[in-house]
Amino acid sequence: MRAIGWAVAAVALGLAVLFVGLEAAGFDAVAGLGALWMGAFGSWDAFTSSTLVRAVPLILIGLGISVAFRGGALNIGAEGQFYAGAIAATWAGLHLAGQPGPVAVGALLLAAAVAGLCWVALPVWLKLRFGVIEVISTLLLNFVALSLVSFMVQGPLQERSRIYPQSEAIAEAARLPMLTGSRLHAGLVLALAGGLVLWFLFARTLWGFRLRAVGMGPRAAEVSGRIDSQRVSAMALLISGAIAGVAGGVEVSGVSYALFQNLSPGYGFTGIAVALLGGLHPIGVVIAGILFGALEAGAGAMQREAGIPAVAVYVVEAVVIIVALLATVPRGGWISLRAVVRKRIAPGKAAG
Amino acid sequence: MDTEVLVAGFLAASVRVATPLLLAATGETITERSGVINLGLEGMMLAGALAATLGATAWGPWSGVTCAIGAGMLLAAVFALLAVGARADQIITGTAITLAAVGLTGTIYRQAYGAGGAGLSIPTLTSIAIPGLSQIPVLGPALFDQPAPTYLALLAMPLVWWVLFRTRLGLALRATGEGAVMARAAGVRTNLIRTGATVIGGGFAGLAGASLVLAQVGSFAEGMTAGRGYVAIAIVVLGRWHPGGIALGALLFGVATALQFLLQTLGLDTPYQLFLMLPYLLTLLALAGAVGRVRAPADLGR
Repeated sequence: MRAIGWAVAAVALGLAVLFVGLEAAGFDAVAGLGALWMGAFGSWDAFTSSTLVRAVPLILIGLGISVAFRGGALNIGAEGQFYAGAIAATWAGLHLAGQPGPVAVGALLLAAAVAGLCWVALPVWLKLRFGVIEVISTLLLNFVALSLVSFMVQGPLQERSRIYPQSEAIAEAARLPMLTGSRLHAGLVLALAGGLVLWFLFARTLWGFRLRAVGMGPRAAEVSGRIDSQRVSAMALLISGAIAGVAGGVEVSGVSYALFQNLSPGYGFTGIAVALLGGLHPIGVVIAGILFGALEAGAGAMQREAGIPAVAVYVVEAVVIIVALLATVPRGGWISLRAVVRKRIAPGKAAG
Repeated sequence: MDTEVLVAGFLAASVRVATPLLLAATGETITERSGVINLGLEGMMLAGALAATLGATAWGPWSGVTCAIGAGMLLAAVFALLAVGARADQIITGTAITLAAVGLTGTIYRQAYGAGGAGLSIPTLTSIAIPGLSQIPVLGPALFDQPAPTYLALLAMPLVWWVLFRTRLGLALRATGEGAVMARAAGVRTNLIRTGATVIGGGFAGLAGASLVLAQVGSFAEGMTAGRGYVAIAIVVLGRWHPGGIALGALLFGVATALQFLLQTLGLDTPYQLFLMLPYLLTLLALAGAVGRVRAPADLGR
């Protein structure tokens, strides 16, 4: 319950900062937030075609990141893994014409998962073999992935006419089916199913327990539980990369149907916020993903209707991350926020 | 075509591209030596770039530089408040700071210059040729006929080395980075040192942003740092947390970028994107110990 309280406070504070900031900058903040709301939840079409379509990659990446974070591995490279998945999915999608739909879509998503897994396999290997911290290696590979996409859409995967830096559209068979009369695709079902599966794994299996034990304290897990924490962390990273890869595949198969640069407006980084706001809990991640999808969808409407730059919502995301983070900080700095909060709110628990 | 002119131009372009990277990486070296990894560097560079644009438009290029340093330090102070003061996770706090900076700079820029952004011309820092030295063939124009930020970067390098490795303050700073608990027991005010090192690093990042706008590109664009802050962090690793090493690292990234320009100018049909990947892959190799032994400050990120 405490986690939910923090999450609500985080979002409320983020929106409040946006409101005050917009007023201070001389924008019409009321109209802006109104447009944001209408763009995200104003109609069934806005909710499905805009909010949920953007929520799908965020939920998937957020789930992947929560697996890594639970296992104590900081995967900052979801953006790169997403693009690796998108490249593989495009390549597969171009070669799957004439196959039955389920086979084609399945093959495409498998290719995306494998690509995401391979993209994170290098940091995993570097970590196990040379002790290279995954924060830097996964981060660096984001830029390699961006260059690779740029190379692909101007080289091997470029459209036949060779005019624009983008690929041909993938085969009809490899496209995800639409859910309603809107632009919403079956990727949502996949994201929700992924959330359920992870919830089961986290809460009900030995693997989930080990993951948490390692994330909480690798030494303690090794000593008292005889858990190979390196191995558990490595597995968590690999799974998180595969899920981010699938997110890239779903985006190609359900939304863009082709590969181009800037396919992701920073989903890999927003996914970190989604995972943290969701408290690394799969159900929480799904809700946080929808919320951030709404923010990104509403941002577009805010720009069109009220002339407020869409990038302003990044400030909201940043505030949400920071507040969610402060909810879990350890002691020892010169501001012990957690201790202060505990003393004020729950004096009896101050010792715990 | 005259080969010497071509090579000299290529080297000059490399140094010009390397300058903001070197400035940001120099600052980050100080920060990381104290045990703080600042992923908000990208955002601080971006804030510096916008502050430089606004300052230079209003009061001239050197005011732009001052505003940029101030903006970088301000953002770094926020980062330090959270990551050092409240001991929030450094990596995630840094990511959040960058996200906030992207949002803030985009909003302020559009508010100041309108949705079109306007291809406004701002007063820039022009090249200053150092008499004598700039006449050296090939190397002269690359090193001694550059805008002021390049000279600032070259001067900062030995200065930072001297402070880090030859003064008591530098010793306390490195001790904080290697083992904060022990340093604290020895009477070092570790939180103060980390906060100071972070804020100074932010000032360098702001200066790097100013250099990007005023001495390299000549105008501001949303998200114009395009990952250079993260590149600077990679350079610190590649340069093994050493001012001399990071100068070579920055030059390497500069050469890779300049090579891409050169190949495109010459109209050669080469996949230039592959060159852009090289420095990142090389950094990974360096991390794996293939390019000499690399050891991060022991308490980095804790």
